[in-house]
Amino acid sequence: MTNAQIHDKLSSKSPDAAVPEMWETFKSDMKLVNPNNKRKFKIIVVGTGLAGASAAATLAELGYQVEAFTFHDSPRRAHSIAAQGGINGAKNYKGDGDSVHRLFYDTVKGGDFRARESNVHRLAENSVDIIDQMVAQGVPFAREYGGLLDNRSFGGAQVSRTFYARGQTGQQLLLGAYQQMERQVGLGNIKLWNRVELVDTVTIDGRCAGIVTRDLINGEVRSHSAHAVVLCTGGYGNVFFLSTNAMACNVTAAWRAHRNGAFFANPCYTQIHPTCIPQADETQSKLTLMSESLRNDGRVWVPKAVGDERAAADIPEDERDYYLERLYPSFGNLAPRDISSRAAKRAVDQGRGVGPLKNGVYLDFSDAIGRLGKDTVEERYGNLFQMYERIAGEDPYAVPMRIYPASHYTMGGLWVDYELMTTIPGLYAAGEANFSDHGANRLGASALMQGLSDGYFVLPYTIGNYLAPMLGKATPGVDHPEFKAAETAARQRFQGYLDIKGTRSPDHFHRELGHIIWDYCGMERTEQGLEKALSELPALYDEFKKDLRVTGNGESVNQTLEKAGRVDDFFQLGMLMCRDALERNESCGGHFRSEYQDDEGEAVRDDENFAHVAAWEWNGDPMSSIRNVEPLDFTATHLATRSYK
Amino acid sequence: MSHLSDIKLKIWRQSGPDEPGRFEHYLVPSISDEASFLEMLDVLNEQLISEEREPVVFDHDCREGICGTCSLMIDGQAHGPQKGTATCQLHMRQYRSGAEITVEPFRAAAFPLLKDLMVNRSAFDRIVESGGYITAETGGAPDANLILVPKPVADAAMDAAACIGCGACVAACPNGAANLFTGAKLTHLNMLPQGQPERYRRAEAMVETMDSYFGSCTNHGECEAACPKEISIDVIATLNQDYRKAKFANRKTMARA
Repeated sequence: MTNAQIHDKLSSKSPDAAVPEMWETFKSDMKLVNPNNKRKFKIIVVGTGLAGASAAATLAELGYQVEAFTFHDSPRRAHSIAAQGGINGAKNYKGDGDSVHRLFYDTVKGGDFRARESNVHRLAENSVDIIDQMVAQGVPFAREYGGLLDNRSFGGAQVSRTFYARGQTGQQLLLGAYQQMERQVGLGNIKLWNRVELVDTVTIDGRCAGIVTRDLINGEVRSHSAHAVVLCTGGYGNVFFLSTNAMACNVTAAWRAHRNGAFFANPCYTQIHPTCIPQADETQSKLTLMSESLRNDGRVWVPKAVGDERAAADIPEDERDYYLERLYPSFGNLAPRDISSRAAKRAVDQGRGVGPLKNGVYLDFSDAIGRLGKDTVEERYGNLFQMYERIAGEDPYAVPMRIYPASHYTMGGLWVDYELMTTIPGLYAAGEANFSDHGANRLGASALMQGLSDGYFVLPYTIGNYLAPMLGKATPGVDHPEFKAAETAARQRFQGYLDIKGTRSPDHFHRELGHIIWDYCGMERTEQGLEKALSELPALYDEFKKDLRVTGNGESVNQTLEKAGRVDDFFQLGMLMCRDALERNESCGGHFRSEYQDDEGEAVRDDENFAHVAAWEWNGDPMSSIRNVEPLDFTATHLATRSYK
Repeated sequence: MSHLSDIKLKIWRQSGPDEPGRFEHYLVPSISDEASFLEMLDVLNEQLISEEREPVVFDHDCREGICGTCSLMIDGQAHGPQKGTATCQLHMRQYRSGAEITVEPFRAAAFPLLKDLMVNRSAFDRIVESGGYITAETGGAPDANLILVPKPVADAAMDAAACIGCGACVAACPNGAANLFTGAKLTHLNMLPQGQPERYRRAEAMVETMDSYFGSCTNHGECEAACPKEISIDVIATLNQDYRKAKFANRKTMARA
């Protein structure tokens, strides 16, 4: 293995059993906390998206004291709400041959054999319970006329296992989890902190002892102690500046934990989603996703000829290139995200892009409208079509949508073991914030599944296993010097941004950072490009530290100051991402190194040298972090070249 | 793509909840017609930072009309002039060069102002806490297909559940009432078979919590017109009906106990 060492902290602690029996084995063997003792333990949950809200609700139902933190005005705003298409569940309600094993296998294969089998199998097992749980809570999933649940297909699968609530599945699932959480707030079992942001984690005597937060209304820095801390703080896709993430999504919580000793795994595994509305102008602040579910009925194409200026309707059928159907006949328009994205990029790079800036490809519904009628298409995708019309100013019932890939999801994240614990004992990471389930590429409708699996069905078991031996032992309070030191450091850091008094805003630097990352660590990466990025990034980061301008003060709402802290952390993460991409001398999933492809442009993995997780250890500077590895074993699947042809 | 020039903005500035507020005038010299309204405010804020002034504070997040974080009264209308559209999805192609636009926060007694255009909408969470859920603790759920939900019921529940909790209904209401928000959540849960066991307890608790924060509904219908998700005012009829039934049903339950 290159420049890597196997670290003793990187034991996955997967149970000693065959993969399909691991979760049952764990549940049989784990330590329990007596119901009356649960109230003696305090657990902090940071973030209130699907993972955070479901974890907070369930832990509170079990009887733990829970404190939940969100930087939003309400927990319901978390970005899980924007997920559109659906959630996978291996129910086999369609009788089309689905099973837990098949969902497990599809997810491992979809992740290009770079995920940990034990975690993925548990995810597939839990998928079944999630659907039951969400229906019981009143999530209005789509139904057949007889009252049974409806399903649709998603990329990378040949069965229909995706449950959906129109194009607002994330919203409905999040509201379900939020309502369960609010119920516990009302009962006094959860203390909710809103408009409060995590600015540091605190480790005392080798265990996570709590967090330090900053109140976004008045700038107050404050410590919170607990027996265990769970980070459900999402992904880092906003490192690209333009992404489908919400404006406030950031890496700060995970990054601060990383700086305090939590290893950061596979930062170069980022997902570029193929179906987003292309950038329209230079002031654009974010990109909007058009759900992958649209590829069930929409056909992707570009003109065959380079530089074809005709309107879509004027291009005859035989002059169109339905390139996904041509290249990947068995999956067609439902080829996985990484593969579809690269195919779109190639079409645009060849000069066959469409739209005023020639920066998109068509997603055409005219066949579907002809076959199913406008009403059916509207029923399936109405709100998505409306969203497209609002943003692009074109009617997708009349002219094809224009789409292009954009940063959407990050498979990398904090390294966690089978129990979702990071390398800091007592600190857990769940949902998109961890790295564990999607390998190098996530399949559609799997993020919602993972967030809810972690929050409802994994953490409530695994946290007890950690807490049980701590019964009766004193834990450090917020007057401990480590808390005071972290508070002081946080105050100084934020005051520091105000004191630079340079000339350029955090957004200016964020855009510049995003350009570098997109150009060199985006859809296609090369050794040369990554080295260029790694020479440009530290220089730009130095400028940030010398020339940043934050106006206003630190004692009232200051969104520029909040942004400064987040951009600071994105810079450091960006460097680590490029280093990770440079060290991984293979192509896998979302990580495509141009040097490693076959004659047809498909990714070439190097299983001999890279069938492992790269887990980075902080060493004072992102440019000198240490690369450790966790080898991946494949016993329930066999390593195979991923083909969707 | 073309550019609009000289957008004249009149924006409410207020440095804190107890500070005096005032309108300030700003000029955005040039903006793409493809830009969203909030991107136009981003451009203004970058301009203000370059002039060493403090940017305008406003709530926003997903910028695709689903999270409900954005707000703003734009020329006196909650979320601005385009029907069924949240502020974040409003685009500058709706305006012409030289337009004069007044931007204010959502104003309601139950939404105290925090700074500039940012208000506190936590009272909505208090309503949900009081009963806006189906009690279904993790672990005991039956198989999902054991609960049959007729398609029209699922569709109608989904129509109501589409509420994004932005508060436009309250801001648009002359009384500052939250009946559309509360009615939407009640209708979603009370229509479904899973919601029946708690139906009347939920109706009573949510309506009475709502009444402790918000004004009373007098059927102006401004809420429906302002709603970015076009939630029908029918949900208020459902709310009234279930609340009335609840006051009888719950009284009988209490008498028996």
